[in-house]
Amino acid sequence: MTTILIPVAIVAVIGLIAAIILTVLSKILYVPVDERQAAIREVLPGANCGACGFAGCDDYAAALAKDSSLSTTLCAPGATAVAEAIAGILGVEAGTVDPKAAFVMCAGNKEVTNTIMTYEGVQTCKAAKQFFGGQWSCSYGCLGLGDCRDVCQYGAIRIIDGLAVVNQELCVGCGMCEKACPNGIITIASKKNLVYVKCNSHDPGPATRKACTAGCIGCGKCAKICKFEAITVENGLARIDFDKCKNCGLCEKECPTHAIVNLRKKPAAKPAAEQAPSQNQEQKQ
Amino acid sequence: MISNLLMIMMTVVLVNNYVLAQFLGICPFLGVSKKLDSAIGMGVAVTFVMVLAAAATWPIQTFLLDRFNVGYLQTVVFILVIASLVQVVEMFLKKYVPSLYNALGVYLPLITTNCAVLGVTILNIDNGYNFIESLFNAFGAGIGFLLAMILFAGVRQKMELADIPGPFQGVPSVLLAASILSLSFMGFSGVVDGIFM
Repeated sequence: MTTILIPVAIVAVIGLIAAIILTVLSKILYVPVDERQAAIREVLPGANCGACGFAGCDDYAAALAKDSSLSTTLCAPGATAVAEAIAGILGVEAGTVDPKAAFVMCAGNKEVTNTIMTYEGVQTCKAAKQFFGGQWSCSYGCLGLGDCRDVCQYGAIRIIDGLAVVNQELCVGCGMCEKACPNGIITIASKKNLVYVKCNSHDPGPATRKACTAGCIGCGKCAKICKFEAITVENGLARIDFDKCKNCGLCEKECPTHAIVNLRKKPAAKPAAEQAPSQNQEQKQ
Repeated sequence: MISNLLMIMMTVVLVNNYVLAQFLGICPFLGVSKKLDSAIGMGVAVTFVMVLAAAATWPIQTFLLDRFNVGYLQTVVFILVIASLVQVVEMFLKKYVPSLYNALGVYLPLITTNCAVLGVTILNIDNGYNFIESLFNAFGAGIGFLLAMILFAGVRQKMELADIPGPFQGVPSVLLAASILSLSFMGFSGVVDGIFM
């Protein structure tokens, strides 16, 4: 009889002890879960894009529930509607979201730049970049294989003539493309910005010109004409400081290579797609 | 004494590697080795739980099961103890070290049913190790697991870029790579005896 009783007793006692310890500890070590966290998570878009600066929607919701002083307007894809919903849950004042969009700092499509080889490797920008900097004569520019298009969850990017083109209306400014681009030519900025330099080449002027007729040659004419000191030329490349720029468009008229674009001129219905070719035509005239 | 402990550790890291030589814990080895950082996370978590489990099960075996002559209960009792131990660790980390808890994430509960952990505790008893030796053996087993995970994560990251024929894509190529990696560890079998002599 004892041959059965002793093992049964041992396992039962060990199981009982483990159960008691777990029950007691679960009471002592209980971590309260904030109900608001689940509610906030519900209203967030769930794209897990990381535009808010947190690891994903869950993380942002947790941070919001913990710290009510945190801005409710960080979610770029959700925009104002989500910000208001979050503010409603937390009982705080909702701010307005400054809508953002992706800007491609390159105008190098097939018409203005050339290829130096026929790349037939793995068809991603990342792989092409590792192979002598890609197939284009300018190694700073758009690789044109669409890593950005593939990560975009909103279908806002198209590859036209070997150049990534952002549809500003569809773009929510989440920043996935900015992270995906191996050349770092995509910048996320406020949709209010209309004038920007569509080039990323740090080569000296002659080299840039040789590789691409739409490139910034770093002549500095734009910096001289700008009334707001918003433009700086560094390492052969002009950059517009979006905080200082008033979108006056003087620099765009001054630029000899038309590397600066002004979105204001275009009718709203016309997507950014047409810019690069039309620019080129102007140049020919 | 110390050379004996080091010997136990080196043996279990290189020669009797739990994953590559004894084929325990293959599930997490194949499942979480896609990315280097999650592979390291899993490896560290397994090391931690292995040492804790060895520390908890050795006294139970020696002072309880052996005394009452019921050694055949080993497997049942060890699973019970390890499972509740992992639960306690999880609750403790959630309360006091939330950053580590978040870093380990889903891997901690996964370890509850990891056969490598059960394997370490049972082999400690089978090999007749004392308490200190058990701890070193468990730590070495964890390090060996971590090593295998890191090596294999590197291999798999390279394989992502490779052009593999259709029928071999996915699991078949991963299993082939695992077998080649395991074959390479056979080379250590003659080495360890000479290290500390």
